Order: sequence, then C-alpha cells, then structure tokens
Amino acid sequence: MTVLSARGVGKKYKRKWALSNCTLEIEAGHVTGLVGPNGAGKSTLLNIASGMLEPTTGTIEVCGGVPGSGPEQLAKVGYVAQNTPVYTALSVEEHLRFGAKLNPSWDDKLAQHRIERIGLDPKQAAGKLSGGQRAQLALTIGIAKRPELLLLDEPVAALDPLARREFLSDLMEAVAEHGLSVVMSSHLVADLERVCDHVVVLVDSQVRVAGDVEELLASHHRLSGPRRDVDTLPSDQQVISANHTNRQTTVFVRTEAPILDPAWTVGQPSLEDLVLEYMSNPVPTRPALEVLR
Amino acid sequence: MTWLTWRQFRIPALSVFAALAAIGVVLVISGMEMRGETNFSDQEFMYSVTLLVMYALPAVLGVFWGVPMVTRELEAGTHSLVWNQTVTRKQWLTTKLVVGVLTAMVAAGLLSLAVTWWTSPIDALADADPQATTTARMSPVVFDARGIAPIGYAAFAFVLGIAFGIALRRTVTAMAITLVAFVAVMVAVPFLVRPYILPPSEETVTVTDSNIWQIRGNENMDLDEIAVMEPAGSWALTNETVDRAGNTVSPLPASLHPCLPPLPGREAGVAAAPLDRLPDECIAQGFADLGYKQRLVYQPASHFWPLQWIELAFFLALSALVTWFCFRRIRHVS
Amino acid sequence: MIEFHLDGKSGLSPYQQLVQQVRHALRLGLLNEGDQLPKVKDVVASLAINPNTVLKAYRELEHEGLVAARPGVGTFVTKTLGGVSLAVLGPLRQDLRRWLSKARRAGLDEESIEALFLATFRTAAREDIA
Repeated sequence: MTVLSARGVGKKYKRKWALSNCTLEIEAGHVTGLVGPNGAGKSTLLNIASGMLEPTTGTIEVCGGVPGSGPEQLAKVGYVAQNTPVYTALSVEEHLRFGAKLNPSWDDKLAQHRIERIGLDPKQAAGKLSGGQRAQLALTIGIAKRPELLLLDEPVAALDPLARREFLSDLMEAVAEHGLSVVMSSHLVADLERVCDHVVVLVDSQVRVAGDVEELLASHHRLSGPRRDVDTLPSDQQVISANHTNRQTTVFVRTEAPILDPAWTVGQPSLEDLVLEYMSNPVPTRPALEVLR
Repeated sequence: MTWLTWRQFRIPALSVFAALAAIGVVLVISGMEMRGETNFSDQEFMYSVTLLVMYALPAVLGVFWGVPMVTRELEAGTHSLVWNQTVTRKQWLTTKLVVGVLTAMVAAGLLSLAVTWWTSPIDALADADPQATTTARMSPVVFDARGIAPIGYAAFAFVLGIAFGIALRRTVTAMAITLVAFVAVMVAVPFLVRPYILPPSEETVTVTDSNIWQIRGNENMDLDEIAVMEPAGSWALTNETVDRAGNTVSPLPASLHPCLPPLPGREAGVAAAPLDRLPDECIAQGFADLGYKQRLVYQPASHFWPLQWIELAFFLALSALVTWFCFRRIRHVS
Repeated sequence: MIEFHLDGKSGLSPYQQLVQQVRHALRLGLLNEGDQLPKVKDVVASLAINPNTVLKAYRELEHEGLVAARPGVGTFVTKTLGGVSLAVLGPLRQDLRRWLSKARRAGLDEESIEALFLATFRTAAREDIA
C-alpha cells in the first residue's frame, strides 16, 4: 500500500520554485528519511503532504486522499512542523486535553506515559519549556493522535543527543507497535541511518535519488584506480561524481551489476557518503544510458 | 474546538466584561438618581462618556478580540499544530467566529442596554421639545450609541478584525488597518446609506418670526441662509429656502441683507445703526414679500426603531459578507 | 538472551551488524538451541532503530536456518554453530602461511598485505551475501 504518492508536484513562491516536478511513491510501514541542503524543498514537500500548502502543479495523494481535505484525512496524517509550535499559555496537561478533544483517535494512555517518561511537569506552561521539551511535547501530540502516517520536519534538531535517542526510540516503538509510517526530514544522516529504511534526497528543489536504503547502498560504489576517462566506464554505470588527480581517478557510481574491472579498488559508501555525494553533485556527471532512455 | 477557543479567548473576554460590569454599576447608580428629573445639565460629562464608550466598544472588540484571535496563531505557528489535529480549518474558523461574534454581540448589547436606559430621560426630553439643547436620538452622533444597532457594529468589527488578521497575518498591522477600516465604514454609513433607506418626511413651511432657528451670514455679515425649527427628535437632512417655483435659493438675495445689522466699523464713521426691527421679523416679512418658503426633509423620530433594526440587519449582512471572505481566504493560508 | 549494539564505524549496515552479532553469539556459545532472541519491540526501543531492520535481520537468520519465528511468541534459536575442527583449520593455516611468504617475497610489507587481504576478503564476503 502506498501512503504517499506524488506526481509532478511543484510549489512556486513568487518567482522561485521551492519544489519542482516531484514524483515520489512511499510505501506504508516504512520510515523514510528526507535529506538535502537547506532550502532544497524538504519542508515544502512535508507541508504539501500535510495539507498546509497547496501545490502549484501536480497531484499528491496521502493515505488515499487529498491532503487536508477533511476530518478523516486529517485523522490519518500527523504533522509536526519544524519549529514544533505549542500554545505558550497552555500547560502540558492542557495540551494533552487539547489533543484528546480534537482527535477521536487519541491515545491518552500513550500520551500520559510519554509525558511521564520524558519528565515533563503536567502543570508547567508550554511557554516555559526548553526547546527540546517543547519538541517532545509536540511529538507526543503527533504520536498520540495515532495517525497512519506521521510527517516530521526536523524533529530532532532541537534535542540533545540523549533526548534524540529517546525520541527516536519512542518513534520506532510506535512504528513497531502500530505499523505507523513515518516521513521525516533531518540533517543528521547518522540518525537517519539507524531509523530509516527509505531515503529521499532532495537537491535544488528536485528529487535527486530515492529508494530503499539497503538497495541504494548495495548499488553504489566508490571506485578508485589509475587515471582514466569516465566515458570508458561500462554503460550501465551511472556516474554520480568523478574526481581526477594526475595519476588517479575516483568515481562514485550507481549500478546494479557487479564491478568486474580489476583495475578498480571498490569502496563501500555509508549512507552519509551516499547522501553527501548526491548533495554535492546536483547534476549527474554522466547519467546511465537506461536513465536517459 | 470550543474548549480550545474559549481557553484562548477567556482572558480578553473576561477583561472586557469586567470593564463593562464596572461601567454598568456606575450607570445604574447614577441612572437611579436621574429618574424623575428634568434638568440634566450636571450630567454633561457622563453623557459624553457614554457616547465615547459606545463608539469605542465595537472598535475595541474588533482590534483586541478579532485580530489577535487569528494573528496570534499565525504568528506563533500554532495554526500548523491545530490544523493537523482532526479539525479542518473550516471548523477552526467557524468555532472562533461563533464564539467571538456571539460574545461581541452580547457585550455590545449589554452596554447599549445600560446606556440606552441611562440616557432615556435625556433622550425623551430631546424627542419632546424641538428647542431642547440635547441632541435627538435620530441624529447620527447619538443614533450609533443607542438601541440595537451597536450589536451589529460589534459583530462587524469583530469579523473585520478576523478578516484582516487572516489577510495580513501581522497583529499590529492588522489592528491598525481594522481600526481605520471600521471607522471609515462607521463614518460613511450615516451619510451614504442611512438617510436613503426609509423615505424621509418632507414639508414646506412658511417662515415666521417664531420658527426661525438659525440665521447664517457670510464674512461681510450679509445674510446668507436661514434654517427653521425642525420637528422634535428628528434628523434633518435638508433645511433650505425655496422660491415660489420650488427652486432652491442660496445664497439669499441682496434685498434681505439689510435685515442684519452692518458689520461695525466697516464703513468709516458709520456706527452700527440700531435696527428698527428684529432680524427674525425682518426676514419673515421679506420671505412673505418674495414668496419664499423653507423646505424641510427629515427622518422623523418615529423612524428611530425601524432604522435601528435596518441598521442591525445591514451590519449583520456586511459581517456575513466579510465572513464569506474569511472562509475563502483561510483555504489558502499556510 | 543477548543484547544487541550498533557500531557506527563498523562499515556494516545496522541489519548486517545484527545478523553478525547473532552468528558470533552462536559460535561463542552465548546462544544455544531453544534460546529466544530479543523481541523486535525491545530491540527497537533499546537501539532506536527501524523495526524493519530488525525484522530483516531475523528473516535473514531464519533463511539461513539458524532461527525460527513462532508467531505471537518470538524468535528462537534452532541450530548452534559449532566450532570448526582443528582438522579443517590446520591445512587452511598452512595455505595462508605459504601465501604470506609469497607476498613478502613479492615485496609487500605488513600494511600492504593487510590492506590487500581485507579488500579481497570484504569484496568476496559482499559478493557472497549478494
């Protein structure tokens, strides 16, 4: 089942495209990481998926419906915005009451349990919480709403390493227990590597690469060897980046086939390496022929 | 949603109602003392205060209730929190509007009730005596501060605040624009709308020395125009001189100028000569000779309540229009 | 019961690390036939990793015939990985020694030998997995 399906989605602000021609399929039950430099369109994509923004072009279907189209749709999708807004005048307890009043699917036990474990004082006004605590509160509301799909925009940015680990562990527990699907953007690729099984790399408002993390890692290789022209590489190898010194050539390639050329030393990239290669090379150096077709 | 709206709204709502309660107590105590009296010259200050409070309340409700109700959410970003619960923007806006508009209408209704009751002896005096020094209820200055029309003003000001809040998103800017727009409508309606809703009464009266109410001269003290006494409690729209054929005469012809004493010292050596007749008598005689009469067009005192109802309905309709705009606009807010 | 850990610098993906840790535990006798593997939910909560990763690792182990899942109960060890006998190890070590002296004669120093060995080993291991 698909939880998110975007076809040619674009968003234009005045003259600038924040997101353009985004075509994407995200399967249910997965945790998808959305990575890319600042201003690449991560927040825009999440805002469109939650129904906060209307796309300028294209169509998007989330959990089988148009984002923000009605109460049933809203019940299915949870969204925690980047700055994790909460009502400063309302106490932690009142926020849970707010969640309970506004969501028929509210899981109060889960919410109370989480608040207790995070160590938030129920009587404290949300305006007096630290950035990290505020994020935890907003995330608690997002999880306790029990959506099918949870969209998180930089959820761990404001958290210290321990809180980050705890939050991700809670999130993964919810994924394991309730079959929740998650799409989260983050700068912290190391965190994503643990929790995400899918990744989408956005660069310059476009989807640069997307797919299953294991498959992506298995199909990308860093080849280094004596200097040579990249055009001499087999045609099924898509060159993501190529660097030459006067003696040596290092290329980052994507291919499903094994690397047979004995002249290459084959290196296995980590997710972070892979993401960085795509981010620092917005335009493919040499696309594979099958991609061109 | 009602719970959340009330939770956010209770402080501004309660502060206004506390102020209204205080004003109410003062008006009741002072009003009890005024019952049965006929001379209200010592109440001038209180009277001005009631007018001021009545003008201010709808504006205050629009600026301090309406605007922040949406801009606080938009500025703090909490709209993205609440719109992602199982609540549509429509439901969110509907709740805010219903809670806010009803509370605003109740507040304005209560204040207007207290003020209308307090001023009723003064207004009765104006309605009974055409020569009364107090202003009639029908006149625009007082009309806006009596009866049920203020309920409409409050509803309109509130939705106007919401609309500018949604459109501009910034609290201070939206507050300023709301105030300006509301005042503009309040000034325009008495001149452009209210006079033409109900057909005014019209009569042509013969000028006598007893019904001349005002004589206006130009800078040379030459007689320019006159006005006759208007029916008690009415709102005069026209009070002009017409000739036999019914054409407006303005300014009055030179033949009537000697009715006013010449400006002292204008011609050297000529002292202000004592007139053989009073100006009123002279003018009445002159009008009779020329066949001039005075044409009066006015909204009579009896139109007060019908006009109040119409004004209420008009402002509620205007509010509905603004509300429609709010719902259209909220769909595109991000 | 064993406890999993993740090493960010191992160069192996989280799922490969889990598989490897179970295999090691089996080899070292930390896990025996009939023992239960940690519940997916507990692994997820303690490591903050994606449940699909844990499921994938367990499926892989199941595929290898090392464990079996009992729906609603958990995943249990079905086979132990006995130590390899000296009879097998001896000749292999002999071969390796011979290869090492060959490499030294070819002029490789210790570091080069290690690099060559690891690179070959990893590539071969990866091809086996794939």
